[in-house]
Parts: sequence; structure tokens; C-alpha cells
Amino acid sequence: MEKNYYVELKGVNKSFGSFQASKDISFGIEKGKLIGLLGPSGSGKTTILRMLAGLETADSGDIIIDGTVVNDVPASKRGIGFVFQNYALFRYLTVYENIAFGLKVQKWPKEKIRARVEEMLRLVGLEDTAKRYPNQLSGGQRQRIAFARALAPQPQLLLLDEPFAAVDAKVRQELRSWLREMISAVGVTSIFVTHDQDEAIEVADEIIITNEGRIEQIGTPKDIYRQPDTPFVAQFIGQSSIVEDFRRFAGFEHAGSGATRAAVRPEYISVSKQGELLKFPVNTETGVVERTAFRGSEIELTIRVKDTLLTAKRLLDDAPVSVGETVHVFIYRIYAFDNEKAYVIENAALTSPDSIVI
Amino acid sequence: MKQNEQSGAVKWLLIAFSAIFLAVMLILPLIYVLITAFREGVQPYLEAVTDPYALKSIQLTLEATVIAVVVNTIFGLFASWCITKFQFRGKKVISTLIDLPLTVSPIIAGLIYVLTFGRQSFLYPYLKAANISIIYAVPGIVLATIFVTFPFISREIIPVLTAAGKDEEEAAALMGAGGWTIFRRVTFPHIKWALLYGIVLCTARAMGEFGAVSVLSGHLRGKTNTMPLYIELLYQGYDFTGAFAVSSILVVMAIIILVLRSVLEYRGKKNEE
Amino acid sequence: MKKKRKQRRVIPGFGLSLGITVTLLSLIVVIPLCSLVVFSSQLSFSEFISTVTSPRVLASYRVSFQTALVAALINAVVGLMIAWVLVRYQFPGKRIMDGLIEVPFALPTAVAGISLTHMTVDSGWVGSIFHKFGIEVAYTRIGITIALVFIGIPFVVRSVQPVLEKLDPQYEEAASMLGAGRTYSFFRIILPEIFPALVAGFTMAFARSLGEYGSVVFIAGNTPFETEITPLLIMSQLQEYDYASATSIALVMLAAAFLILFVNAVLQSRASKIVSGIG
Repeated sequence: MEKNYYVELKGVNKSFGSFQASKDISFGIEKGKLIGLLGPSGSGKTTILRMLAGLETADSGDIIIDGTVVNDVPASKRGIGFVFQNYALFRYLTVYENIAFGLKVQKWPKEKIRARVEEMLRLVGLEDTAKRYPNQLSGGQRQRIAFARALAPQPQLLLLDEPFAAVDAKVRQELRSWLREMISAVGVTSIFVTHDQDEAIEVADEIIITNEGRIEQIGTPKDIYRQPDTPFVAQFIGQSSIVEDFRRFAGFEHAGSGATRAAVRPEYISVSKQGELLKFPVNTETGVVERTAFRGSEIELTIRVKDTLLTAKRLLDDAPVSVGETVHVFIYRIYAFDNEKAYVIENAALTSPDSIVI
Repeated sequence: MKQNEQSGAVKWLLIAFSAIFLAVMLILPLIYVLITAFREGVQPYLEAVTDPYALKSIQLTLEATVIAVVVNTIFGLFASWCITKFQFRGKKVISTLIDLPLTVSPIIAGLIYVLTFGRQSFLYPYLKAANISIIYAVPGIVLATIFVTFPFISREIIPVLTAAGKDEEEAAALMGAGGWTIFRRVTFPHIKWALLYGIVLCTARAMGEFGAVSVLSGHLRGKTNTMPLYIELLYQGYDFTGAFAVSSILVVMAIIILVLRSVLEYRGKKNEE
Repeated sequence: MKKKRKQRRVIPGFGLSLGITVTLLSLIVVIPLCSLVVFSSQLSFSEFISTVTSPRVLASYRVSFQTALVAALINAVVGLMIAWVLVRYQFPGKRIMDGLIEVPFALPTAVAGISLTHMTVDSGWVGSIFHKFGIEVAYTRIGITIALVFIGIPFVVRSVQPVLEKLDPQYEEAASMLGAGRTYSFFRIILPEIFPALVAGFTMAFARSLGEYGSVVFIAGNTPFETEITPLLIMSQLQEYDYASATSIALVMLAAAFLILFVNAVLQSRASKIVSGIG
């Protein structure tokens, strides 16, 4: 059944010179959703956003917004709010004038402009900055003003290009949840671009993963995390170690499908010191710790298991593991992939009836 | 600071040497002009600068300078907008051509206009029929002045706009603003000081251009003499007081320009912070 | 594949700004330059060669080249020093000194020319001093060189100064931590960093000096074979309405100017390759 999409791309191509930035892009977005366009840099995600905004023109294909093909509608007439990566706040206008700019251009009456700007400033919680200039604001404040400016003319679609890239790590965390709440409060359909998977997973209702100008997978963060469709997604999502031949590991010897390579994520590996109680005595491998790294809340271990390096984690409170130590390694789950598809494979110990869980 | 004593001596030596060099090479000629201009007293000075021919040359210099500044400002604004805000084929060629007048000797600048509008040009019969004279006349002088100062304003604006990027203009265009609104409200504040700076440089050069206008003037006293040409005329007629008196006006202008320049440079830097 | 759709430009004013730019550029620069090309295509080749290699013309190249080169070298050394002083040292009057660098840009060349000449003739303030030692300044190549040093100095200073300002002091600190002396670290650490800018400044001063007319014409004396510079020769051909000769010599000068700029561009790109680590 054809869903009722608010924004839709159909077979869109775009190239810059000999570089093909978008290859046959098609997807749809439902009204009111918050969508994350996720991909490595150069994967074509920003191009998609800029084509939606009308900042770039697609070479072929259709872009449909709210039932209208907007291919020939100029950017200024698409009713889109756009938050630029560096915010592109007008440096020589005050915060008030920045937010009022779009309204003035649309010839709103003065009183309505004032009311709307004040409303937006209240919304982003920066009422007292109206008379300031952008360079008198902090990074986080600028982001909020850029958001307010884009929303002021009541757009039906909000596009954000790497909205958190220009702020420092601490503020970024705070802004993520703020943006999420703000967008759901306003209820505007939104698409943001990011190269940071944590950001996409945390903020978006739905994620579109791009790679080399193509769309790899569309789904909820949970789906994408749990059930990667393509080899790229299997490797890209999570902090994976790539294994050339996963059948050498205990518990995966007889796994089906023709694939031999697999991505193994640290959260699906359990590491126990010798002498510690094993959760799964069956199908446990032994490995030698090659490197340990302190990662704040946890310890990251690099372990050589059957000539393959795996990354695993242990909690700070767990008994310390040292380099050179031999440990037990149990792999719960891997993402096997061939050149076309990715498959989830569970350790046989978890699925076979004779495994004993203590 | 760990500037040790040994470097203290080097420091003052270098400063002293620089100061002496600049004083002898750059300031002395300036002061010399002023002193020589008044050497025979105030009366001859005033007579020299109020001579009808002197006044005429001042007027022509002013005209040529104002026209050159206006034309180059219009050109500078449009060219820098076009070059910094859009991608298009032939952009490199245009940029190169804009800077070309800087590399051409003023004499050659004059020569190419002589070849374009002079007797041997295919345009000459038409110009003659229309009774328009360009070379050895005021239009030629104005054209030559525009040519030698052509890149002065765009060169100041382009780097500022390149550094500012085009996000702000794109954002404004997305919100539906028209070209004039974008320029006035968003772009112009960025380039205000650079533009003024360019105008000052352009004025300085336009006022003082000698080689190119010399080729095109035909030296018709009182008709096609700009101030520098008139100075040459006086100097070669051994009227040193007259030559230096008229020069002194240009020296004062130069000093004003220098002061304006450093004020604008300072404001421009502050503006970008 | 279907034909590509035309890229719509988001920022307005492309057609207008390009139109005005191209129109003015054509009227002021391109058409006059074309007329130079058209006119020179009518010259006969043998005539061209005999004009540009006649003894008087060759002598003028020599005078122009020699004086411009010496002046540009002096400017490179002194300009580097002044830039260094302006960037690295604090002292009273620094801002004034910085502003003075632009005097040659602000002062009309003809004024500079008559002032320098009048000062350096035998009876002048400066000339009389040199005269005692038997050195003639005005109407000799020394005079030409002095005029060219005057007009060239800001090119070097303004080219080196910003690079020196941006130079990370950590380089030198690192060098001195490693035990390098000041002189050593200047020649091995700083000079290579600012060398491209120095070359650029030198080239601009040199190119400008080759074409300079206003400040030189008074002090040169303009004796053929001795102190006659090439631009002056073109000027005198023009005054005799000998457009063919004037154009021929002008073409040689233009070629020389482009060659200098080209060499500079090559040097610059090589230097930037070293810095960016490519090639």
C-alpha cells in the first residue's frame, strides 16, 4: 500500500562535474516525523538536504513536498526552514532582526512581527538576547537562534544541516535533547543531517543511512541497530570489529548463508577473567588481551581471539584485566554480511536447547 | 619576556636602520616638496596655485578621479558579487582579466587606448564622423584613469566576501529576500570598510596617474592637463616654484589619504572581529 | 540518461552582475587589449625583429632591467627588515612607521619624481653631498635606481608582513628549545617560511619597476644608450606617431611582465606544495 508521504524523493540524481553525489535516491517521509540523514562525509546526505531546500537542483527525478512536485519551485517559495551548519546568522543584524528577517521579507505587519519574534525567543528561552549580535552569543545560543529564525515564518518543513557540528561536546549533548523536545512541541516535519550515529539514534524517529550517493537503509533507530540490511550498515553502525571468517568462532561454525565476513560489536561480547563464573560455558573462546584503554565509564579491551582482533568492553567496577592476560570470550551475536546483504546470527549456545544457562 | 640583552641591541639597530631608511627615502621627498613650494614665500605660492591653468588642471584631475571612482565602485560591487556568490564557467578568466591592468605598464595602458581610438583604428572614421575625440582629449584621460585603477575596489572587496562565504546570502534568499534586500541588509555591512578602503586607494592612484594620461593627453595646456601633467610642464619649463606649489596640493592629499587609509584599515580589522 | 536539468541559482542577481562585469571588463580592458593584438598582427615580422633588437632599444632593456633588478633586490632586503621590525618589535612611533610604508602608493609618481630629482641634482640637498665624493645621482642609473626603490618598497613590506604576523612563534620556540641560535633559526626556520611571500613581493616590485614611468622620467636624464628606460622609449616613439615601433617594444615589455608573473606563480605553487606536503 502506498503510504501518504509528506515529503518524497523519486529517482533523484545529482552530480557535480564527474562526481555523482546522488544516485537514484527515492524515499518518503511522513508528516510530523523527525528524520536523521546519517552517513559518512561525502556520502551525499547534505546534497539531499540542499536539493530538498532548493539550494541545489536535481539533475533528474522528482522532489515532492505536500503533494506538489517542487522541482521548478524556487527555494524561497518552498516554505522551508533551513538551519545551516554554521547557522549563517546575519552577523551584522541583531538577534531580533535575524529572527524578524523572514517575516519582514514576507511583509508581515510590524506588530505581528514583534509578537512572533518574541514568541520565538520565548520558545528557545533566549528572551534577553534580542538586542545582541550573533558574535556576542555562545555556540549553543547561536544554534537556538538559528532554529528560531528558521521556524519564525512557520515553515511546513524544517531542514537542519549538521545542527550540532559547530558546538562543543558538552553543549551538544544538551542541545540534542532540547532540539528533540522543541521539534515535537512545534510539530514540524524535520530532517537533519549528521555523520554521528549516536546523534541520529538518539534524536531521530527514523534514520536514512546514505553511502556513496545511495540510500543504504531506512528505518527506526532500533531497526537499524538491530537489523542492518546491508554490509555497509552492518559495519557502519556501532563500534564494530570486522572478522574475515566468523565460522572459526565457537558457536558460529554451522551458521547458514554464504557470507564469511562479519561485524562484531563490543556490546555483544562478554569477557571473563579466568576463574570468573562463565555465563555460557559452551562455545566460549579464549583470547589474549593486547591493549586496554580507559574510556571514562568503561575499559575498552582489544583481544586477540584465534588470530582476529576483537574490541570488547568491561565495566570499571569489574576486576581489572591486564595486557597479556588470557581471558574467556563469549560472542552473543554477529552481523554476517556478503557483498549484498547483512544477516544477524546468534551464537548457537543461545539457540540450541542443550545450552545450560546458570 | 625572554628577549635577552644581545637581541636588545639588534632590535634597536634594526629599528634605527628602518627608521632612517624610511625617513630618507619616503619622508624627505614629501617634506622637500612642501619646503620648496614655499621657498620664495607665500605670495608666489598662492599665485602658482591660483593660476588659471593650475585651477583647470585641478578641475580635470578631480573630474577624472571622481568618474574613475564611480565606475570602479559600480564595477567592483557587481564583479565581486558575481565572483564570490556564484559558480560559473569562465570565472577564472574574469578574475585574471580584472587584475590584468595591475601588471600592464602605464605607458602601455596609454598605448592600447591610442591604438583603439587613434588615427589607425578602424573606429577612427566613425568617431570622426560623430565628432567624438577620445585621445588627446578629456575622454581619453578619463578612460586611462579608469583602466589603471580598474581592479582597485574589487580587489579589496573580493577577499572579504570570499572569507564571509555565501551562507548568509543563501539563508536570506531561502527566506524569500530579493537581491537588493540581501545586498543592503546582509552583504553590505560586511564590505563597508573594504569598499571605503578601495575607494581611498583608487582615489590616490587616479589622482596621481601620470604615464597613461601622459600618453593620451597630447599636453594641451589648460585643456587636457591633469595636475601631474601640469607639474611636469612647469618643471620642464624650469618653473620650480610653480611645479612644487602644485605638487604640494597633491602631497597634502597624499597625507590625507594615508591617514584615512590607516583609520579604515583599523576599522576594517575591528569590523571583522 | 536524460538531459541534466539546469541548476537554478538561489542567490539572486547572477545575470545582472555578470552582465555588468563582462560589459565593463570588455570596454575597459578586453577591447583595448584586443586592439593591441590586432594592430601588432599587421606588423611585419622582420620589421618587428629589427625594431625590438635595434641597438638603442637593446640598450634601453639593459637600463630598465638592471635598474629594476638592483632596486628590487634592495627592496627585498630592506623590505624584509622593515617588515620584521614592524611585526616583531614594540617601539614608540610604530603605527606611524607602518602608515608611512604606503607613501609611494599615495604620493603621485610625478611629484615623487620631481622631488627626488630636485634633491639629487649637483646643487640639491642630497646631490651636493654626493657630489663632494664625485658621485652623480640625478640623471644617472643611480638616480633611476633610487626612484625605483622609492616606488617598490611597499610591495615587499606589504607582502612579507602578514605572513610574518601569522608565523607561529612555536616554530622558533621549538628551534630554540633544540638549541638553535637566533641567527641559525632565522635562516633555517623563519626565512623558508616567509620566502614565498618575499619572492612575491620582490616580483611585484620588479615588475612594477620595469614598467614605471612617472617617478623615473625626471631623474633619468633620458640619454639614449645611457639612462633611457624602455617605457620612455615607447613614449618618444608615440610622440613621433611611430605606432608600429611603439607597439613592437610594448609587446616585448608585456611579454617580459607576463614571464615574470609566470615564474612567480610557478615558484609560489612549488612553495605551497612544500608546505602542504604534496609532490
